[in-house]
Amino acid sequence: MSTIPHDSAARHVNGRALYIDDMPEPPGLLHAFIHLSPHAHARIIRLDLTAVLSSPGVAAAMRAADIPGVNDVGPAFPGDPIFATDRVEYAGQSVFAVAATSIALAREAAAKAIIEYEILPPILTVDEALAAGTMVLPTQTMLAGDPDAALAAAPHRLQGRIDVGGQEHFYLEGQVAMAIPGEGGDMLVHSSTQHPTEVQHLVARALKLPDHAVICETRRMGGGFGGKESQASLPAAVAALLAWKTSRPVKLRLDRDDDMVLTGKRHDFRIDYDVGFDAEGRILGIDFMQAGRCGFSPDLSGAICDRAMFHADNCYFLPDVRIVSYRCKTNTVSNTAFRGFGGPQGMMGIECVVEDIARHLQLDPLAVRQRNFYGTDTRNTTPYAMTVEDNIAPELTAALATRADYAERRAAVAAFNAASPWLKRGLALVPLKFGISFTLTHMNQAGALVHVYTDGSVMLNHGGTEMGQGLYTKVAQVVAREFGIAQDRVKITATTTAKVPNSSPTAASSGSDLNGKAAQAAAVTIRERMAGVAAAAFGVSAEAIVFVDGQVSGGGQSLPFAEVAKMSHRARVSLSSTGYYATPKIHYDAATKKGRPFYYFAYGAALAEVEVDTLTGEYRLLRTDILHDCGESLNPALDIGQIEGGFVQGMGWLTTEELVWDAAGHLRTHAPSTYKIPACSDIPAAFNVEIYAAGRATEDTIYRSKAVGEPPLMLGMAVFFALKDAVGTQGVVTRFDAPATPERVLDAIR
Amino acid sequence: MRDAPHFLLGQTLRQPRDVSPTMTVLDYLRTVESLHGTKEGCAEGDCGACSVVLGEVDGDRIRYRTVNACILFVPALDGKQLLTVEHVSAPDGQPHPVQQAMVDCHGSQCGFCTPGFVMSLFALHHGDAEVDRTAVTDALAGNLCRCTGYRPIVDAALAAGRAEADQGSVAALAGLDTGATLSIHHGTQSYIAPRSVAELAEVLEQNPDATLLAGGTDVGIWVTKQHRALSAIIALDRVAELQTIATSGDTLQIGAGALYEDVLPVLQRYFPDFGVLLHRLGSRQIRNRGTIGGNIGNASPIGDTAPVLIALGATLLLRRGAVQRSIPVEDFFVGYRKTALEPGEFIERIDIPLPKSGQEFRCYKVAKRFDQDISAVCGAFSLHIENGILTAIRIGFGGMAATPSRARAVEQALLDQPWTEATVRAGMAAMDNAFTPISDQRASAAYRSRVARNLLFKAWLETSGAPARTRLAVAP
Repeated sequence: MSTIPHDSAARHVNGRALYIDDMPEPPGLLHAFIHLSPHAHARIIRLDLTAVLSSPGVAAAMRAADIPGVNDVGPAFPGDPIFATDRVEYAGQSVFAVAATSIALAREAAAKAIIEYEILPPILTVDEALAAGTMVLPTQTMLAGDPDAALAAAPHRLQGRIDVGGQEHFYLEGQVAMAIPGEGGDMLVHSSTQHPTEVQHLVARALKLPDHAVICETRRMGGGFGGKESQASLPAAVAALLAWKTSRPVKLRLDRDDDMVLTGKRHDFRIDYDVGFDAEGRILGIDFMQAGRCGFSPDLSGAICDRAMFHADNCYFLPDVRIVSYRCKTNTVSNTAFRGFGGPQGMMGIECVVEDIARHLQLDPLAVRQRNFYGTDTRNTTPYAMTVEDNIAPELTAALATRADYAERRAAVAAFNAASPWLKRGLALVPLKFGISFTLTHMNQAGALVHVYTDGSVMLNHGGTEMGQGLYTKVAQVVAREFGIAQDRVKITATTTAKVPNSSPTAASSGSDLNGKAAQAAAVTIRERMAGVAAAAFGVSAEAIVFVDGQVSGGGQSLPFAEVAKMSHRARVSLSSTGYYATPKIHYDAATKKGRPFYYFAYGAALAEVEVDTLTGEYRLLRTDILHDCGESLNPALDIGQIEGGFVQGMGWLTTEELVWDAAGHLRTHAPSTYKIPACSDIPAAFNVEIYAAGRATEDTIYRSKAVGEPPLMLGMAVFFALKDAVGTQGVVTRFDAPATPERVLDAIR
Repeated sequence: MRDAPHFLLGQTLRQPRDVSPTMTVLDYLRTVESLHGTKEGCAEGDCGACSVVLGEVDGDRIRYRTVNACILFVPALDGKQLLTVEHVSAPDGQPHPVQQAMVDCHGSQCGFCTPGFVMSLFALHHGDAEVDRTAVTDALAGNLCRCTGYRPIVDAALAAGRAEADQGSVAALAGLDTGATLSIHHGTQSYIAPRSVAELAEVLEQNPDATLLAGGTDVGIWVTKQHRALSAIIALDRVAELQTIATSGDTLQIGAGALYEDVLPVLQRYFPDFGVLLHRLGSRQIRNRGTIGGNIGNASPIGDTAPVLIALGATLLLRRGAVQRSIPVEDFFVGYRKTALEPGEFIERIDIPLPKSGQEFRCYKVAKRFDQDISAVCGAFSLHIENGILTAIRIGFGGMAATPSRARAVEQALLDQPWTEATVRAGMAAMDNAFTPISDQRASAAYRSRVARNLLFKAWLETSGAPARTRLAVAP
């Protein structure tokens, strides 16, 4: 498959791509504002909205008691109230909402509420939650072999800890929804969501309506990154509730600060380890303690913490291993999906281990990594008993080391550092292996709907959503290829629960794997019907018919695709079909923690070189080299975009992006003025990114491509470990936490 | 007098009445004009999704500047051309070269930040500077993208290169300004933009409680974030005299209303480090509106120009009515966000002594992110060494106290001493007594203190013939 531009690129650059806030506003539209809790933990003694309701421009207010249905938007478990009931459990929690003729009037009105709180002591950090034993979900243990015996017998042993910070999604388009009431109590919700089906179902439940009374539609998001998987539901529900109450359309767009305070982020983790290894640095046994800060509710934390466990190995064989996973409850925002979904945190733990082993043994970290790689026929079983069948980490890593001159540059860095007392350089080459599939097996399914019209134009719809990753483009490429028609003959349409029901979220990097296959199935069904019509006309068998270059041909005869579509219609052959796909082979037993949760693995590796100012802790990324496996890429330009964007986002997570809460539990970094995602000048001029040409999908994925949404984020780990390398001393293992802000870097220099 | 701003929206004259003088240009575009291409990403001038271009007549051509529409009030458009993403394509829909380059280079993913990038690229494309990598990262420092990792956008900028803009609207634009004072009354709000220092002095004396609005890069946030209602505003941006930059004898005189972007090359020439710092202050969009006068008048403890001006021994020329007085910058800050300004008084000019022979000047901005971040610590050092003895020193710090501060105790520990490591170590020890910084989201007190000490050390290294590099590459 080949590179074509993103389907919306031309409209992105001329400003005519419509996001929800840009859509024509229906007459009578009201604007909603959510009042956020000022306290991290408090009982609500009194909530008086009288003055709110009489404020100018106000049409309605909603609180928990006003909800006709269920006051909960928890995606997997209950516990995420739309509005707080008798208590608030984090600073920023939704307490009530007001709809008025303008957002300014709604905000003014909300300030007039009389609320009395009895303040309760909050639990804010992982350490506090571990000490108090407060958990949102039961603690889990994954065990393989006998780690205690292996540790006891190991010739070398190290204990250590790394704290890995959270991350704000900072999608440029904040959370937004517009709810439009229809006749008979129906509700249409335009939501910037990665999971229209869940918005539909939760809005229906809140309104006490059957699912069929609610339609959720999503044309595009201005960024998602996991932050709109479950977190879009609350704004959508609030808009729908106010629309229901007023019988008027209601728009809710969160201001940036409110968005950052109200909605969940990547989990910060504390990871403790106890590792035994031999003199070559080969891991013999390991005991991990992973503790994730889930916030006040479960949300998706169960699956996220599971994925941290699944990735505690990264590319390395852990023969005897225990992973204990704590899902800590704190009085902070409920943390949620974020590109990698716990995987990055799990991988930071093992990468910290191999770096520490290398430091302790005074070995090159790359050598230690390579010695611990999974094997092909032996040493190829994960802690969850899945055989790694497609391991290319060793060859891919070797290829990158060669092409990026690792050995020469390692020597050059040492020489530079010997001559430079104030500036120090560091280098790290970090590989990654990421499991592809939702670990909740039933979510690995997708549907599509394809129509061919009698002029030969095609309309495509599927359950996946477009958040910038180019999913719509890739799936449209699949359909155009199956029909053998030009790309512009395939119309891409907004995702809507009215066309494809019960869809899974666009998450877990699964978008093109699932929806590409489902759309292919739909297209093939129609194509086979059309082939039958063409075969009859040409007097050949249907197997002899080919669809190429807009022509349907066979037996030396040829007709335009549109002509065969017209003929099919006249022959009373349906030109519309659904398509469906369910990922084969996967299974997992959550009780024993054994199975094959992943269809396959995606691989990549990054080499980063940094320079650190040892007087201030400031640093610059000098060069990056990346080799990443996309199988046979569906669209190399889009895949390169995912790789580069993921790397930079991962780098941001581990360097400048620092979430700071004060002692009372208020988030102090709630806008770009205080929360620093990478800027243009943070990327190096030498930014060498390649798709691994030898990459192959061993499983029957769509055209043998591989998922590329999440894995590249973890390439950013190379920058973190390059910084650790720059400030470290051989033989001395010291704790170095993420994000590596200049302050943390300076702290490491003593 | 003119009671509504006159400006060109694209090529069309607009004179909006019935618009609050604190309505932002972003809200105006999206609600009044129904132009939805310009996006709100943060409403505080930090993400650039709302970037638009202002055209202004500069001789016989139009000079384009990117600004953040989210914190710019509509009256600031008076006499200017406002261009948005809707205005850069050709009338037949043919994309502008920067738009085409963005498509060709795959520079958009989710597309939400893209209109802002297009406008920054448009201004770069039609600017005076050679479009190389440094110019590109400089032009884009104020535009955040969360999807692409920037590489394709940088490529697009380089591919599009530089070209002259169509100058078709010069005459229409030049004709917009009759020299009249803009004076808006809207409900309980008033907004006046005097055209001379004398007029400004008079208006401010009559309305001493009015909010003085320079570039609005902070005042805009009072409105968009703190939701403050500003009743009376006196805008400084139409007082041409306040924008002059001149030398007089051994003094560099900078009008309080001169834009950072205009002052930058001048300061860079005299004090290269000041130029480096200003390149990292805010972003192009911020520097196209922000002024040193505003930075000083705002009295933020973390404003970056104050510590530098303190170290340089700068003075402020203040004025009330016809009465002028001078005050050293370090004496201007009397408390947290409190200044020595009397009611009705304003900053007219900043006077900086030109560098003297033998004077060494170094300044450092330390922040989490290289570009467009607020300093954790900003340190500035001006010194003179004669025969190995430190004969003069002035040290200014930001981020270390409730106001920008002069580190007198440290200066005392150093002055008239041999400029040696031992002396500097004594100065570093004195630093801890001089300041008790706070811990906040930007940095801990301990980090600030250690960095402050180390910056002195670094200044010493750099002025005593350090044998090795002490600075990170600005553009790696």
